[in-house]
Amino acid sequence: MALTPVENQTPAFTGAVAAASGAFFGLFVGTAQGSGFLGILIGAVLLGALGFVLAGMTDKEKPLRWAIFAGFTAAGLLMGGLAAGVVGALFGWFAGWFVFWLATSRYRAHLAPYLTPGQVLWHYTFRVICGSIFVFLITPILVVMPLSFNAQDFFTFTPEMLRFDPAGYSLKHYQDFFTSESWQDALWNSVRIAPMATVLSVGFGTLAAIGLSQPHVPFRRAIMAILISPMIVPLIISAAGMYFFYSRIGLQGTYMGVVLAHAALGIPFVIITVTATLVGFDRSLTRAAANMGAGPVTTFFRVQMPLILPGVISGGLFAFITSFDEVVVVLFVGSAGQKTLPWQMFTGLREQISPTILAVATILVVISIGLLATVEMLRRHSERMRGMSPT
Amino acid sequence: MSDTTQTGPVLAADGTPLKRSLARALRMQKIRALMLIAPLLLFVLLTFILPIADMLFRSVENSIVPDNLPRTVVALQDWDANSGEIPDEAVFTALAADLKIAAEAKIHTRIGSRLNYEKPGISSLFRKAGRRVKKWDIEADGPFTEQFIKIGKGWGDPEVWRTIKTYSGTYTNGYFLNAADMQKGPDGAEWRPENEQIYFTLFKRTMFMSLVITVSCIVLAYPVAWILANLPARTANLLMILVLLPFWTSLLVRTSAWKVMLQQQGVINEVLVWLGLVADDSRLQLINNQTGTIIAMTHILLPFMILPMYSVMQTINPTYLRAAKSLGATNWTAFWWVYIPQSVPGIGAGSILVFILSIGYYITPELVGGTKGVFISNRIAFHISTSLNWGLAAALGTILLAVVLLLYWAYDKIVGIDNVKLG
Repeated sequence: MALTPVENQTPAFTGAVAAASGAFFGLFVGTAQGSGFLGILIGAVLLGALGFVLAGMTDKEKPLRWAIFAGFTAAGLLMGGLAAGVVGALFGWFAGWFVFWLATSRYRAHLAPYLTPGQVLWHYTFRVICGSIFVFLITPILVVMPLSFNAQDFFTFTPEMLRFDPAGYSLKHYQDFFTSESWQDALWNSVRIAPMATVLSVGFGTLAAIGLSQPHVPFRRAIMAILISPMIVPLIISAAGMYFFYSRIGLQGTYMGVVLAHAALGIPFVIITVTATLVGFDRSLTRAAANMGAGPVTTFFRVQMPLILPGVISGGLFAFITSFDEVVVVLFVGSAGQKTLPWQMFTGLREQISPTILAVATILVVISIGLLATVEMLRRHSERMRGMSPT
Repeated sequence: MSDTTQTGPVLAADGTPLKRSLARALRMQKIRALMLIAPLLLFVLLTFILPIADMLFRSVENSIVPDNLPRTVVALQDWDANSGEIPDEAVFTALAADLKIAAEAKIHTRIGSRLNYEKPGISSLFRKAGRRVKKWDIEADGPFTEQFIKIGKGWGDPEVWRTIKTYSGTYTNGYFLNAADMQKGPDGAEWRPENEQIYFTLFKRTMFMSLVITVSCIVLAYPVAWILANLPARTANLLMILVLLPFWTSLLVRTSAWKVMLQQQGVINEVLVWLGLVADDSRLQLINNQTGTIIAMTHILLPFMILPMYSVMQTINPTYLRAAKSLGATNWTAFWWVYIPQSVPGIGAGSILVFILSIGYYITPELVGGTKGVFISNRIAFHISTSLNWGLAAALGTILLAVVLLLYWAYDKIVGIDNVKLG
């Protein structure tokens, strides 16, 4: 929907802005090829001319954009093979979109009519800044994935990879992960420890969260402060304390010790998510159930539990990921027999840097995408359910 | 009304006064709530609070010396540490008797290494003496002064004896003095020489780098939180994934990603060289120094800043900004005087959270920090697992814990623990 009525821009304006953006990209391409100045010049002239000419032909936008896209792709392919072709295609798509976006004044249409040109410029500059921060957030995760398919034992993109040569890619790091005994042991240990710790923290945590959300709880703040403290106290201090204390009572270096430590670390997450779900819980439902003759246990399992289940599950997932990702405490409390996946990665990164770590990292990213999707689904589900319950 | 004629308390259905009946119901409710909480509270107390308390205790505990050298400790009481002379024969006899028992139980080396933290060299004195003393007959072989000095010249040094006397109590503040770069001199506590003050430097660096990380998180998070709060819900939810995905991704995955990107031959340097911004022979040193730690930790902690800021900014009414502008404020005035003050709670919550998390960080500084970019926590880990000076590790941990608890208290005052939200 358009907020502001717009008309097409003059060729001079379109040409000038397009030339500026062309100069900006030309600078990078130019310096990469040896001459920054020439790059600026070629980029500015090329895009400026495109903008100037196309500004008058906005009625044939679709075919013209395809033509620009094809042209840049072909130029890239001719100049530097497949990789340059992809860069060319991306740039061609951008150039086509950008020129027509300017020429038809689409950039102005959905902004408030009273904005000055300076404010419009700032609006888009701000978006570009935000975009680059998002890029900063996501790039490290995206970079790891392709590198894990590297055929060489390098931590960087090889020329073969950049040329999209199939010989540059391989699954050997994944193969290494699935066949190496130490990695498989580590995976098995993680799988043995995390669920057990999750069960403990969800079991105790849910009960306590129900207790904490009662209307009258003495010392509520103090209890809450104690229960949340494992999240606040720096991990290294928790690890040091647990190491000293667990070695006194013989739990250091045992499976049980690591499970107990991880359960303690996961509890704050369960408490926070479950109490948040219980805030929206309608107490008259349990009273109604009691009124119809249900005992406290029946009420809990048939009325309260189904309603808070999404919160309990997402708290459980938080506790699971806390244990599954945890490395500091297990480094101290565990012994070689409890070497978990993060521990193996930690030693791998500190001592012999092996690219198998990147394969493991990619697998973990995929797992966390799955967990994130589950938590998000549960949150929506829980909001819907609470919307249905009478208030 | 007829009821006014009735005197005495209001009664419940079963005849008890209503007030007492209500009080009992309330008490029952409270007990039920506590019963539900009790198992978890007990669990956390046993598995978490008790270990922390144990660590606090270890930072002052010194029982190994008085427990294993009881006679020496008593004999040393009459000796004047500042006299400049070694103690008399009675003390040496007492030491010989104590050491004989200790050496047979094979703990004389542990006493030695405990005292070695305070004065280097004592460890070997105890080791050598222990071997010899085992063969002595305490009743017959005296006097011992000369024999001890023959085993190790250090036994003739009054400084060694002063150290033993100073650390003969069951409790000591020695670890804390060490952690604060102080030592026990002849006239009580004194500062260590300037070039030996490593912990103060380390605390200062930890604080400074945490501050830099917090500030860069604020700078990067503010625009993102703003745009998330002001975009239509559908787009904002989509962009939120880009914030939540790093939040959910394993810490080690993100650290290894930064290790890959920041290396000399890493992705960032390769791109910069390819673009011609950096010459091939002067690649940027981005890893194993403070820069590496700051970049990686800013990235890792950024979601913790964005999420609280976002939840505060969502509640700010956008019409206030428009009202300010229609009253004649410029963009900047409206933003600075109308929007920023309303978003301060979010900035505060996020900053304290990020600061608390960053001053205790261990993994990332250890992996990308090199020697110049490590935090106090790395030193604690070093003392636990490598130098085995657990008392000093506990004292450093206690100081760090005190700082964090202070900030936690501030967080509770400003935000409230109950208002912590995840995702």
